[in-house]
Amino acid sequence: MKLKLASVALGALMAAGPALADLVFPDLSYRTGPFAAGGIPFSDGYQDYFTLMNERDGGIGGVKARVIECETAYNTEKGVECYEATKGEGALIYQPLSTGITYQLIPKVSADKIPLHTMGYGRTSAANGKVFEWVFNYPANYWDAASVAINYLLDENGGSLEGKKIALLYHNSAYGKEPIPTLEALAAKHGYTLTLLPVDSPGQEQKSQWLQIRRERPDVVLMWGWGVMNQVAVQEAANIRFPMENFIGNWWAGAEHDVSPAGAAANGYKSLNMNRIADYPVFEDIRTHVHAKGLAAGDGSNVGKVLYTRGMYAAMLAVEAAKKAQEIHGTPDITAEMMRDGMEALEMTAASMEALGAPGIGPEFGVTCAEHGGSGMGIVQQWNAAEGKWVALTDYIAPDDEVIAPLVEQDSMAYVAENNLSLRCE
Amino acid sequence: MMPDQFLFAVEVMINGLMAGVLYALVALGFVLIFKASGIFNYAQGVLALFAALTLVGLQEGQIPFAHLINATLGTDVHHFGWQMPAILAILLTVGVMILLAIAIERFILKHLVNQEPIILFMATIGLAYFLEGFGDVMWGADVKTLDVGLPQGASLWVEEKSAVLGGEGFYGFFVDKLDIVAALVAAVLVISLTLFSQYSKQGRALRAVADDHQAALSVGISLRFIWVLVWSIAGFVALVAGIMWGAKSGVQFSLSLIALKALPVLMLGGFTSIPGAIVGGLIIGVGEKLFEFTIGPMIGGATENWFAYVLALIFLVFRPQGLFGEKIIERV
Repeated sequence: MKLKLASVALGALMAAGPALADLVFPDLSYRTGPFAAGGIPFSDGYQDYFTLMNERDGGIGGVKARVIECETAYNTEKGVECYEATKGEGALIYQPLSTGITYQLIPKVSADKIPLHTMGYGRTSAANGKVFEWVFNYPANYWDAASVAINYLLDENGGSLEGKKIALLYHNSAYGKEPIPTLEALAAKHGYTLTLLPVDSPGQEQKSQWLQIRRERPDVVLMWGWGVMNQVAVQEAANIRFPMENFIGNWWAGAEHDVSPAGAAANGYKSLNMNRIADYPVFEDIRTHVHAKGLAAGDGSNVGKVLYTRGMYAAMLAVEAAKKAQEIHGTPDITAEMMRDGMEALEMTAASMEALGAPGIGPEFGVTCAEHGGSGMGIVQQWNAAEGKWVALTDYIAPDDEVIAPLVEQDSMAYVAENNLSLRCE
Repeated sequence: MMPDQFLFAVEVMINGLMAGVLYALVALGFVLIFKASGIFNYAQGVLALFAALTLVGLQEGQIPFAHLINATLGTDVHHFGWQMPAILAILLTVGVMILLAIAIERFILKHLVNQEPIILFMATIGLAYFLEGFGDVMWGADVKTLDVGLPQGASLWVEEKSAVLGGEGFYGFFVDKLDIVAALVAAVLVISLTLFSQYSKQGRALRAVADDHQAALSVGISLRFIWVLVWSIAGFVALVAGIMWGAKSGVQFSLSLIALKALPVLMLGGFTSIPGAIVGGLIIGVGEKLFEFTIGPMIGGATENWFAYVLALIFLVFRPQGLFGEKIIERV
């Protein structure tokens, strides 16, 4: 009997063998809770792209991709649980879509040697690869976003913001406070005055802040919001008849569902984006090879939306890094450490994006050992309420590295001192 | 001409009153259930969310459980293809909330008669989680636009008439038309509820149950009927709150968090008084907005969430039962 059991167990192990060779991409998603509206399209895009790789290309370098979805509900504790529950499966990369979860995972991934990709969120100074070996935040971070917004405004105002009043309406959390040092440094450089308007989470009630905006009449309102805060802010801006073209959200305040509840009143609202919206050829492939076969991650209704495109773009960057790792190490069965090498050698060019069926989906950038942050470029887009779509107003705008680089250096060096680390890539 | 700073303070106060009405609408649902059954209904915020989700779903002709149906049967159905008039959708949603009240009584409360209040409270926590998931599966988790024809935006009439009060820097009082409608609706709701509980047979039965369950049972009042009735009314109040808040932000899952705004109102107004919910809401609304206006800028802003609780605690020091709550005297 014992022999029988042992042979059954051995058989099961052998049968499970090939599954271990899958390339594992955990998806720490949030399809429930107050931030689900943002989490669902991102996760749909992230998963659909890996499914596309399997169905159209037979996997990545011939090895099937396996996505393990774990629900975090945008809750930091649950996010950490998801990480702990999935890391043993051979996880190659984590993309938690939450700054709170990111901060908790930074020491964990560093100890476990698994790359963490926080695209346009998370700890900004993680762009310094000399300090953060396992964390990447390409193609751009919050400080880039703040600088891109200011550079756009400089361009709109004939190169000067002297004497202008800019208000920052922000989610009163680690996430919302991220751009403040950059905006302050840029205020000193360009001569605008900065008013800070924190909104307590979740942001359902913002009357005080908008009455203050109505009283003080800033020239521009920038917004660092997420979830319900965005919809309420757009509605309140419309209520006080604030000129929508002077109201600019960051890239987490620029999805379709952020503006749709306000209807026609949201027309003209602007936001940043790190992934341009277009009808990319790759969407047609997703419809044919994924959705038509009933393999869509969601109900298929999100294809082409801002956050779906961003999720797909995140997966695209992960796949390209995995291919690079396979190339560097000469094996299709890569490990998390090899994946890190692939990420540090990633290069996204206009030609490579076009070849992937997504021309211009993101800025061109290259990653190196020391530079994990990408080019930091972003576009400005504007909501056309009549047609129900975002329209790109600019090409990719570069941030002001003269201001941002010292801030990244300062913050990452503080991390080095706190954790008694030594620098790499030197 | 009055100084602008004074006029701004008045404007903040007016808007605080309006916000207070919206808080009171949420608090009202808690009070109704607590009064009739001694249950602190943790699920009241989720009831508002569920009601608003159902309203939009019915109005837009959304097929309930479409995602589940499609995943199980391999179909691709999402909408019935109709656009229902708002009033009909509201009436049908009231019907759904009554059915929900019956289900809550049948499947939860009936089995917990004579249990400790903490057990009933825990049951409502379970109900909140269940309803949140159920609403998600039934109607989907995307942000939905609520349009039942309510006006929104600044009242230009108020703005123009009041602009003459101040100088160059004063643009007239800002009052949101939606807030004015909410205030009127809340007033009608409170008057109707008061009349109902004072003069109707069911209302008197409801008060009798609130006073003493066993005495009420002994004179032939059906506890089960009263519970269904009171949960139906709370469901209706939740629908009204869901409409008012949902019109501002779209209908989405954070609507359930508006309950957090009702807690200081309840602490201040008392858990058992309908006028207490209204007055408590107004005091919290005005208090937090004025504090944010005067002190907020000195301490970095975002004071409203915590200051509401501080204000409630200050009142509790002097009146532990809340402004209008019943003083409980237990003799040994």
